[in-house]
Amino acid sequence: MSLPVTTEPHRFFLDRFGLDDRALEATIATAIARKADFADLYFEFRTSEAFVLEEGIVKKAVKNVSQGAGVRVVAGDKTGCAHTDDVSVGTLRLASETAQAIADGTTAHASIAVAPARPSHDLYALAHTPLDAALDEKIALLGAIDVAARRLDPRIVNVMASLAAEQKIVLIVNSFGVVVGDVQPLVRLSVTCIAEENGKREHGTAGGGGRVEFSFVNDSTRWQRWVKTAAEQAVRNLTAAEAPAGSMTVVLGPGWPGVLLHEAVGHGLEGDFNRKQTSAFSGRIGERVASELCTVVDDGTIANRRGSLNCDDEGTPTSRTVLIENGILRGYLQDRLNARLMNVPLTGNGRRESYAHMTMPRMTNTFMLAGESTADEIIRSVPKGLYAVSFGGGQVDITSGKFVFSATEAYLIEDGKITRPVKGATLIGNGPEAMNRVSMVGNDLALDEGIGTCGKDGQSVPVGVGMPTIRIDGMTVGGTQA
Amino acid sequence: MSAPALDSLAELLLSEAKRNGATAADVVVVEGDSLTVGVRLGEVEKVSRARAKHLGLRAFAGDRSAILSTADFADAGLRQLAADAVALARVTAPDPFSGLPDAADLSSAPPMLDLFDAAVGEVTAEQATEWCQAAEAAARDADPRITNSEGAEFDAGAHLVVYAASNGFRGSYRSSSCSLSCVPVASQNGAMERDHWYSVQRHLAKLDSPESIGRIAAARAVRRLGARQVGTQEVPVVFDPDMAGSLLRHLAGAVSGGSIYRGLSFLTGKLGERIAPPFLYVYDDGLLAGGLATKPFDGEGLATRRTPVIERGVLTSYLCDTYSARKLNLRSTGNAGRSVADSPHVSPTNFFLPAGETTPEAIIGSVTNGLYVTELMGFGVNATTGDYSRGAGGLWIENGQLTYPVSEITIAGNLLQMFKDIEVVGSDLVLRNSVASPTLKIAKMTVAGN
Repeated sequence: MSLPVTTEPHRFFLDRFGLDDRALEATIATAIARKADFADLYFEFRTSEAFVLEEGIVKKAVKNVSQGAGVRVVAGDKTGCAHTDDVSVGTLRLASETAQAIADGTTAHASIAVAPARPSHDLYALAHTPLDAALDEKIALLGAIDVAARRLDPRIVNVMASLAAEQKIVLIVNSFGVVVGDVQPLVRLSVTCIAEENGKREHGTAGGGGRVEFSFVNDSTRWQRWVKTAAEQAVRNLTAAEAPAGSMTVVLGPGWPGVLLHEAVGHGLEGDFNRKQTSAFSGRIGERVASELCTVVDDGTIANRRGSLNCDDEGTPTSRTVLIENGILRGYLQDRLNARLMNVPLTGNGRRESYAHMTMPRMTNTFMLAGESTADEIIRSVPKGLYAVSFGGGQVDITSGKFVFSATEAYLIEDGKITRPVKGATLIGNGPEAMNRVSMVGNDLALDEGIGTCGKDGQSVPVGVGMPTIRIDGMTVGGTQA
Repeated sequence: MSAPALDSLAELLLSEAKRNGATAADVVVVEGDSLTVGVRLGEVEKVSRARAKHLGLRAFAGDRSAILSTADFADAGLRQLAADAVALARVTAPDPFSGLPDAADLSSAPPMLDLFDAAVGEVTAEQATEWCQAAEAAARDADPRITNSEGAEFDAGAHLVVYAASNGFRGSYRSSSCSLSCVPVASQNGAMERDHWYSVQRHLAKLDSPESIGRIAAARAVRRLGARQVGTQEVPVVFDPDMAGSLLRHLAGAVSGGSIYRGLSFLTGKLGERIAPPFLYVYDDGLLAGGLATKPFDGEGLATRRTPVIERGVLTSYLCDTYSARKLNLRSTGNAGRSVADSPHVSPTNFFLPAGETTPEAIIGSVTNGLYVTELMGFGVNATTGDYSRGAGGLWIENGQLTYPVSEITIAGNLLQMFKDIEVVGSDLVLRNSVASPTLKIAKMTVAGN
């Protein structure tokens, strides 16, 4: 079912759905027949597969094909949408008529001639799509993970390993005449180990991936590191103490703990909430919202990263957007509708889960730039606190600014030294307040391994996060040990 | 497409799978239409219509299996899909516990369950807009401190599900659902708070009125204003019905046969044991007329049923699909959930804790110093161990009265202990979601704050 990576999206969709450029132009013309600001068509063809191993055998093998088109018409702050998975000249015309019902009156738009363009980036040109690798190699990898994990520690009693790969071909056609396509590969390997001792059971999880070939996750130094991380986390939690409760100094390790920025800062800086003035960061451009040690960017242009894109789902090239510079709020993340209404430039952050979803401002890869302290200096500076190096999910209320996220691997810091592992620590805070309490920033910036998925309004999109080691003073830690 | 047209697609796939050497197979076809209308500050913000169809084929080659799914219903593509599914099944590992249920166990006469209301599919964007405007206006008029809005939204959907299997099962059903929700923003002294309220039903006429949804949403947002942290302490915690429902969702996950056989549940090995006080009962009921998770048969063609999960505080049943039941040497409870693109998995149906006799006011009145939880955030729940630590917000209870709002705190404990520590069950059960609970009081949890 896989396609050659050289697939050219424009040609591909015309052939697949029996369309030509005249049909695209006519559809857009119908969509924008009333008084609207712009309209776009989004074509998608996605092939995906997943293999899941547990109890030593590959129990699940799944392949999926989804396809369809979405028509959108935007007039002011109104959006009309229609989606169909049955794509033809006729259904596209119907969808365009449905979508334009939100606009009023008729207006004479100049006729639209589509002009194919290439995305300005080429961030994941692969020799082989992740779907192309031989099936037996994929199944062998999952088997090897199971063996390796059990060999690491006799207390590992079960292993779950999953491999998910996809290729998404998209084409965006808009009423400005732009036609731009992209072919987006994505692969993710995930390992969960379950450890058992004296009737107690714990689990640990690790993994990674990106817009890469299968060989990336099949690299033995890489997957063995993930297996070791998952196994050690599971075994360590068997003897971990209950987490402390109360306000204390927290040190976050590099990489994945950057999920803090995603929750505490990123969502609150999405253009839709700020246009509507419902974010705790609304109207605060130019103001101090973090300690001066903090510079936070969103960068969709890093090669092969899970959160990267050549262009967003509106055809805008992705970019590197400075959100916070030395503690000062500099910018928001925009899609076309919100950028237009706020009269600011596009940032390439208009994303949708699929053709059947609405476009919204979303993050790509969000991270804090490196500072000057070493990780060792930061830990040594803390008389008593918590050192958290891995997290499960997080959540934010962008209106009040409250966010929460849960550590899956954490330790106590006592007299400047990392001592005992603790479990069940949830961190809670208020975005701007917590960022103002960042008192040290490390020189060890790392991006995560490629496992992040962000949810907003029921839509999931792949993202990346990153951070150097940082120290935050006075965070509330929610354990059970008062 | 019509139901007979989808039936014939399913027949084609089953026969093609067999022709390619499959020893067994099943097919799920889902087709649906949906409408979403959003209004903000009185104006239409979005109108979205969608039509989608998707089918999945699971093919067995002996004890090996694979699933292929597609949204492309063209005949040639489907024939290729059947061949590919059998080929993929042949390269996976044999699993002696896999397979379709025995034909003798299949659902025979699907009951009438009142799942479909044609009126849901006939709602126009104009009608939906009026309801959204009415809900949002009621919220904005309810209190001068409602200064902004994230809007109101109406969603409606209708689905047709067809399931056919080589063990002889053939079945289909239509269902509908609709919802109306509202998210006002309150502000005071430069600080903003938002909250929401909603109604979800299978029948349009049963939705709560837009005005009541708006008023409740406004009251919920306003009561958060001026929230503060409290000190770290151990206190009784009262969960409002929606938050108590989240505890039931953790319970539903923990009694799932899939979690049990994997050892990923804090209730592993606890079948037949007392896990809660003797006044506690929990049911999973797939037959509840008009219920949001009601269905005539499960994702493997087995009859849905009413399963007592906890009776008199004793864990009486896990919830199983065919696979997990075979792994655990139990029988399926008709809880196979099924999405088109995935293998069956255990899924609760209508999962609820029946109402007790104490009013929520009396429960709050019984607390001298404690927390009334109206919001929980984050994912700090370890299903394997039951360790529980989540961000929380709500109202502080002093001398039996709700006093000031609190936020930026966490509550922590262990689910196993939390269920044992349930002291009182409220009288206010409403099946607002498919997993639902009345107000619950837990004797003691750790609240972390400043």
